[in-house]
Amino acid sequence: MEYKDYYKTLGVPRNASKDEIKRAFRKLARKYHPDVSKEPEAEARFKEINEANEVLKDPEKRAAYDALGDQWRAGQEFRPPPGGGTWQREFHFRPGEAAEFSDFFSSLFGGGLGRGREEVLRQRGQDQSARVRIGLEEAYQGITRELRLETPEIGKDGRVKTRSRTLRVRIPAGVAHGQQIRLPGQGAPGIGGGPAGDLYLEIELAPHPLFETEGRDVLLRLPIAPWEAALGASVKVPTLAGAVTLKIPPGSQSGQRLRLKGRGLPGSPPGDEYVLLQIVVPPADTEAARAEYRRMASAFAFDPRAKLGV
Amino acid sequence: MTPIDQDLQGVVLDEALALDLSELARVCGASDQTLSLLVSEGVLRPEGGRPQEWRFSGVQVCRARRALRLQRDLELDLAATALALDLIEELEALRQRVRALEYQLGRGG
Repeated sequence: MEYKDYYKTLGVPRNASKDEIKRAFRKLARKYHPDVSKEPEAEARFKEINEANEVLKDPEKRAAYDALGDQWRAGQEFRPPPGGGTWQREFHFRPGEAAEFSDFFSSLFGGGLGRGREEVLRQRGQDQSARVRIGLEEAYQGITRELRLETPEIGKDGRVKTRSRTLRVRIPAGVAHGQQIRLPGQGAPGIGGGPAGDLYLEIELAPHPLFETEGRDVLLRLPIAPWEAALGASVKVPTLAGAVTLKIPPGSQSGQRLRLKGRGLPGSPPGDEYVLLQIVVPPADTEAARAEYRRMASAFAFDPRAKLGV
Repeated sequence: MTPIDQDLQGVVLDEALALDLSELARVCGASDQTLSLLVSEGVLRPEGGRPQEWRFSGVQVCRARRALRLQRDLELDLAATALALDLIEELEALRQRVRALEYQLGRGG
């Protein structure tokens, strides 16, 4: 396993005071907390910070860690010294919490888990969470997804191991971006016969070539010709359920929104599709086209800048 | 554990969900008192007047879990939790709005 440099993780010197460690942890925790942070890898970083803090904030654990010496470098292959030492005593922390930590951590402090008094401690497993990225069409129709998850487990020897498992999950029709699905009992297994934790899946909708979503509503940019906007027209527009005919009222302008009720993601109530009109000016790339534009210029007494007062 | 040949069906945490206080407490692994405090501070907004009538939607379940995580991980008190949660949600709503408007303008994704 890899040696973890907890001081480096928190960015403090080895002789940092308790207060310095606390301040460094708080600052980093605010920066990388998965609920707050937009940093990539925030969740992994937060776990590392939490683990480092768990050890360095506690004088006994810190002493045991320091006893390994300072010749180690982060990422270096680490083998715990055989035959016991300072770290072999029983450390106190919530076993469920420890399951979140690294192999390195559990090799140092995990030996006491599930042995002696801790054995009778019945505890519910940790909740787990995972992100599931699906396409908009899949969100519309619902889909069954196979997920591979790494679940921390406490073995018979009291050490934390990671087990990989595969779940097949039915994602119902109509899930929106950011929505969560709770799977009771599919989190980390319980300790001492306690119930398993729950699994939370957070839905992430992949960008779509045509549509954008806002909750269960679906947005579509619809290019139209100037004469369609001026005179009105019936045009075919895509929806998640297939093409429909939309009536564009005469005198429409760019930026106007037309609503197709109930044509968004299903649900109660279902979302709508909003069609955003976008007038596209035909290119004047032939003499005939330019002549036509000139004819329009003289036919319309039109000043689009009348309101600018210049 | 779970055999792979079976499709798991979860519960979508949306507006249709309605948990009472003890169900929410079980889901969040928190006590009724802790959650009641979150209600009185306005962090959680259940339907219904008296605690026995409280019903928490899926959105409230997500809020409750996030509030408890923030309290625990960042050692926030109740008022700071309420503030952080409001700001995070406003930020999320604004990001979503920006995404929609950028799309409308033909930029970005």
